[in-house]
Amino acid sequence: MAIDKSMQVLIVDDYKTMLRIIRNLLKQIEFHDVEEATDGAEALGKLRNGNYGLVISDWNMMPMTGLQLLQEVRADARLKSIPFIMVTAESKTENVVAAKQAGVSNYIVKPFNAETLREKIEKVLGHV
Amino acid sequence: MSDPSLLAERLAAVRARHPQASDGISEALRAVMETVAGGVPATEGSLLGEVEALGRTIATAKAEIAALHVDDITASHIPSATDELDAIVAHTATATHDILAACEALDGLTGRLGGDAAASLLEATTRIYEACSFQDITGQRITKVVGALKEIESKVAEITLRFGCRRMRPAWQTDGTPQAMETLLNGPQHPAVAMGQSDIDKLLASFD
Repeated sequence: MAIDKSMQVLIVDDYKTMLRIIRNLLKQIEFHDVEEATDGAEALGKLRNGNYGLVISDWNMMPMTGLQLLQEVRADARLKSIPFIMVTAESKTENVVAAKQAGVSNYIVKPFNAETLREKIEKVLGHV
Repeated sequence: MSDPSLLAERLAAVRARHPQASDGISEALRAVMETVAGGVPATEGSLLGEVEALGRTIATAKAEIAALHVDDITASHIPSATDELDAIVAHTATATHDILAACEALDGLTGRLGGDAAASLLEATTRIYEACSFQDITGQRITKVVGALKEIESKVAEITLRFGCRRMRPAWQTDGTPQAMETLLNGPQHPAVAMGQSDIDKLLASFD
């Protein structure tokens, strides 16, 4: 299944370095329409006012965490089907399970490489 | 030992062994002895001696803690260490953004190069982007260390308070930040015990 790379992608992270890295890696795999948010609340506002095809979010953010953002997205009738990839340095089993139960589409552990990012994006968008 | 004079003798012997006994404790014991005109059983006399020794131990401990200047830990050492760590995070963030800016400039050349040269350059810049994520990981690890230092600072402040030393409540305790931080994860785990991407993939697949 061909993936539509013209879709708008929202990346969420409170580390500006990570936003910049992910944006550049996405550009290299030909996702050029990328928006950024530095916390869950800002991301939720952008999602409710936009038309995004994919969310890539960090977990550790204040005041709204990535998990809370995911729960808000899944509880919103208009947003609930957007593919959501969690990216975090935290890899404890209970956290992965919590994210899965909240409806995460995939989970990437930091540090990650470009190939892992591409593979996970293709996997979640291939299921849309 | 029902004879108060015998108790007095024993107390004098205890004092002889510990000449730096607290005056306050001695006064208290004297008062107790004056009220026990009817005599003090041997077990109670022994207990009073133990209480006096305990009081002296506490007084000595307080003096030793004061001599260590533990207030310096909360007033200077830990705030200084956390400031240094914050500076490390800031410096590495600046350096990383400089590296990323240079890398983005190189990325801009790929369109003009074309062919194998462009592919090689793209591969190299991809590796640089991946490597730059160290700043996020190290930043989170340093944040954990800062949290541990602040916990130590808090405990030291509590100890100094309990031993009657000047209370130095850490500034970070008053802004509510630690409570808010409880909602976050613990940050990067040690590589020796952390799950890798393949482990997470297997775990997620188990839900399918």
